[in-house]
Amino acid sequence: MNTYPHNLLSIEKSSLGRRGPQIRKAQKDASAYLPKEFLRRTPPNLPSLSEFDTVRHFTNLSRLNFCLDTHFYPLGSCTMKYNPKAYDVLSALDGFSALHPYTPQDYAQGTLSIIYGLRQQLKAITGLYDFTLQPAAGAHGEFTGALIAAAYHRSRKDFERKEIIIPDTAHGTNPATAVMAGCRVINIKSAPDGRVDIEELKKVLGPKTALVMLTIPNTAGLFEKNIKQIAKLAHEAGSLLYMDGANLNALIGMVKPANMGVDIMHINLHKTLATPHGGGGPGAGAVGVCEKLADFLPVPRVEFDGKKYKLSVKSKNTIGAVKSFYGNISVIIRAYCYLKQFDGQTLKEIAENAVLNANYVRVKLAKYFPAFFDEICMHECVLTIDKGMLPNAKTIDIAKMLLDMGFHAPTVYFPLIVPEAIMIEPTETENKQTLDKFISALISIFLEAGTNPEVLHQAPRKCPVKRIDEVMAAREPNLRW
Amino acid sequence: MFTSNTEKEKQEMLDAVGVKSIKDLFKDIEPSLLAGKFDLPAAMTEAELSAHIKQLAAENKPLVNFAGAGIYEHFIPAAVNAISSRGEFLTAYTPYQAEASQGTLQAIYEYQSCICALFEMGVSNASHYDGATALAEACGAAVRIKGKNKILLSAALNPEYKKVLNTYFKASNVAVFEDCPLNNATVDLNCLKEKLSSGEYAAFVLANPNFYGCLEDAKSISKITHEAGALLIAQVYPVSLGILETPGSYDADFAVAEGQCLGNTMSFGGPGLGIFTCKKEYVRYTPGRICGISKDADGKRAFVLTLQAREQHIRRERAASNICSNQALCALNAAVYLTLMGPYGMREVAEANIENAHILKDKICSLKGYKLKFDKPFFNEFVVECPKPAAQIIKAAAKKGILAGYDLGRNDKTLKNCLLVCATEMRTKADLETFISVLRGI
Amino acid sequence: MYEQENCKFAKTHEWAFNENGVAVVGISDHAQHEISDIVFVELPKKGAQVKAGQQCCVIESVKSASDIFSPVSGEIVEVNEALSSDAALVNREPHAGGWIFKVKMSDAKELDNLLTFEDYKKTL
Repeated sequence: MNTYPHNLLSIEKSSLGRRGPQIRKAQKDASAYLPKEFLRRTPPNLPSLSEFDTVRHFTNLSRLNFCLDTHFYPLGSCTMKYNPKAYDVLSALDGFSALHPYTPQDYAQGTLSIIYGLRQQLKAITGLYDFTLQPAAGAHGEFTGALIAAAYHRSRKDFERKEIIIPDTAHGTNPATAVMAGCRVINIKSAPDGRVDIEELKKVLGPKTALVMLTIPNTAGLFEKNIKQIAKLAHEAGSLLYMDGANLNALIGMVKPANMGVDIMHINLHKTLATPHGGGGPGAGAVGVCEKLADFLPVPRVEFDGKKYKLSVKSKNTIGAVKSFYGNISVIIRAYCYLKQFDGQTLKEIAENAVLNANYVRVKLAKYFPAFFDEICMHECVLTIDKGMLPNAKTIDIAKMLLDMGFHAPTVYFPLIVPEAIMIEPTETENKQTLDKFISALISIFLEAGTNPEVLHQAPRKCPVKRIDEVMAAREPNLRW
Repeated sequence: MFTSNTEKEKQEMLDAVGVKSIKDLFKDIEPSLLAGKFDLPAAMTEAELSAHIKQLAAENKPLVNFAGAGIYEHFIPAAVNAISSRGEFLTAYTPYQAEASQGTLQAIYEYQSCICALFEMGVSNASHYDGATALAEACGAAVRIKGKNKILLSAALNPEYKKVLNTYFKASNVAVFEDCPLNNATVDLNCLKEKLSSGEYAAFVLANPNFYGCLEDAKSISKITHEAGALLIAQVYPVSLGILETPGSYDADFAVAEGQCLGNTMSFGGPGLGIFTCKKEYVRYTPGRICGISKDADGKRAFVLTLQAREQHIRRERAASNICSNQALCALNAAVYLTLMGPYGMREVAEANIENAHILKDKICSLKGYKLKFDKPFFNEFVVECPKPAAQIIKAAAKKGILAGYDLGRNDKTLKNCLLVCATEMRTKADLETFISVLRGI
Repeated sequence: MYEQENCKFAKTHEWAFNENGVAVVGISDHAQHEISDIVFVELPKKGAQVKAGQQCCVIESVKSASDIFSPVSGEIVEVNEALSSDAALVNREPHAGGWIFKVKMSDAKELDNLLTFEDYKKTL
């Protein structure tokens, strides 16, 4: 038995006529102002709860979640690091949150200076020439970057460049992005060491290549040793080099992407720069570019004339706007705060500790769940099941068993090139004691899987619900009350 | 900062890994790449940071707000933020492990249900980036359903949305857009009929209320659109649906909206909340996450992300959209807000908006030189023609602490004297009086 | 109904059964087993022209989306509407009620390019 609160829906707790907060009512009803045909016929089927009912309902829902504040959350490639509490308070200050986007610029200098300031910080940590903070998420940033590449080639009358080369380890967003930007995807197989196969790359690079899109380090947690050569080959072929910055946590303070030859990159502010994920968003996907691409960045942009910050839409080549307004401000403020707490020396402690933690987990588990690529990893390690030792074990069962032991599961079944993949990213903010407990948990799961695999298959038993029937959910979609 | 292992622990870990120093962990990176200098100013402590950020916040001067144009200032009960700032919601990831994410998942399901109820639509996804990007996705879906790439837009669609549509589809040419002209600020039904009769369009995009605040004859528009074999995409204002006819009632195939107005702060325009809804039959064309109900191994109700085979992590280059992150926390705010307000609260909020805006309209139009530009039914926003350029009025009013509205001359030179003015339920009688006396003084 | 022995198979796991010049198309028992719990079949459009080897519909499980290729060329004259409400038919009866679409063949000789059941089994 578990002691989690019962999961009635709000509408099931509803009692018609029960009311929440009061607002000042109108003197006359709507029909005094508007013809009847514009009015809705029946009130919406929303719950009728008191304020107290509502607070208790959602507070109890919150207790059904694992989250970073309560659980180790080693979700590979998602960089679930501590989200400093000060930033929550600071980003929510009225001065920021009560600002209408059409407030005249003189009255919005604080927010504009933060947009400008984060842009300078991102330039400093990447070596890139300029940034936009408009994109709302990593995938949105990818899309922005791909549009910039396409616009650049078009501006050179290089109309044939419509291919984007993507390795098979890439996140699914990369190929989906390429198609949205009007390009064709050229998939390339990775080399046996998990990195880009230079010979394969050479075969597909050519006058049609618009972009080579790489995640660095890649999703196997490995650094592209030959990145300078890759950049050179891409550039010689007339292509641009895109870096998916989802894994920047491994390099921050150590390597500037611009020095690797990167022309365009996005940074998931909600990953490397410690802003909370909010159960799936909002995130932010800042996009940086080299000098020749700067004029293609979206508008409006924030400029500084030495005295005042100004919004500018002046640009000959801009791709336009990828969303309304200037970016996800509350996320941008938090990221700005985070970088304000580091200097040029301490910044590298992020990457150093992230990489040390990942390698510690990898080595400690090597005898049980070996790393698929047996070498020093970066910020995350990708483990697999040794079918010789555990012929019947499945990663999904291991993931669910971890939940019962009080740990969020790692990313599983990704990257696709690794069978039964278990992708662990501890991040730098976890301490050794937590890692040791997690390692012990996985070792005990290993032992159980050898002797009693059925028990694993029945996990989780201690979560608010047991294993969920996903087939039923998809065959008979029930998506609303 | 924020790392917690001691030097001793780090040494133990290095020993376990079998390397001498942390440098050895970065051996794959050639030394020249590691030589860069990072030019950041001195690090701040939390106390210093706090003072710095508070000072920046104070450099913003929020004005008494009579601007809308896509982002609206509405009352947000304190309970909304109290709930969404809980770490259990704030610091969770996308609910990949459903059994450990029932809170987020049920909240998404309730969000989807509340939105469907408010819009009277069949299906809602778990949210999108903002209203403009949700509209772009709806246009993409319409193109796929109809196999035609032309989309007709109301000329009274928010110009920011038009910019985003163009950015989204310019490179791929998946959709091309054309404006349908207006007649006195609302869709010209004859033009609509004539344009659609070519049979070339996949969909018509209706803005209701439109960018000038006017309510459209949505039923007639829907009839004309469907008779021509095109889909109707409605871009609406969620708070208005507490009282106004819904996109479901006029048979819209897709309805999208900026949901910031439901329990989210304006925050200089972001984060927004992209509401995306459609008829049930088009659920497979919906981008992004969707939460559904299923059962667990004991037969107990459980929530889970579903219909995932539509999405990028499975379909990759064949996916309809690359969207991965949604705006879950903003959607949670909306769900809490709608739960707090309930069916009658939403009606009262909407009525308070209508009344405030109509009172303000009468007051402004009684001022010398000011008149209502378009005499059409409206919700909480309307256009006034001013005796001076709107830009001047905005500038002068700001000095008196008032944000007078949106300058329509930004996008249309012929409307340079026109101000788009909004009064939500947040504006008190005293605010209206102040606004009027400020205008009188300009 | 469309017994395996009487069908011809593509290497991509579709079968075709010749019904007087109209090919009934489905996926093999092996394929349905590999895909496992099928939750949705995105049917092709009736009246569409297809070429042999052309991708023309998608079968979804919870965690996958598999392309289905037409084994023959011609016009799609019928699709199995029953799959819209019960996609699992493909799992239960891959060679009967779980057929997917019918193609009026433009060149019935194309069937000769496909594998017999015996040969198909050897490819697995």
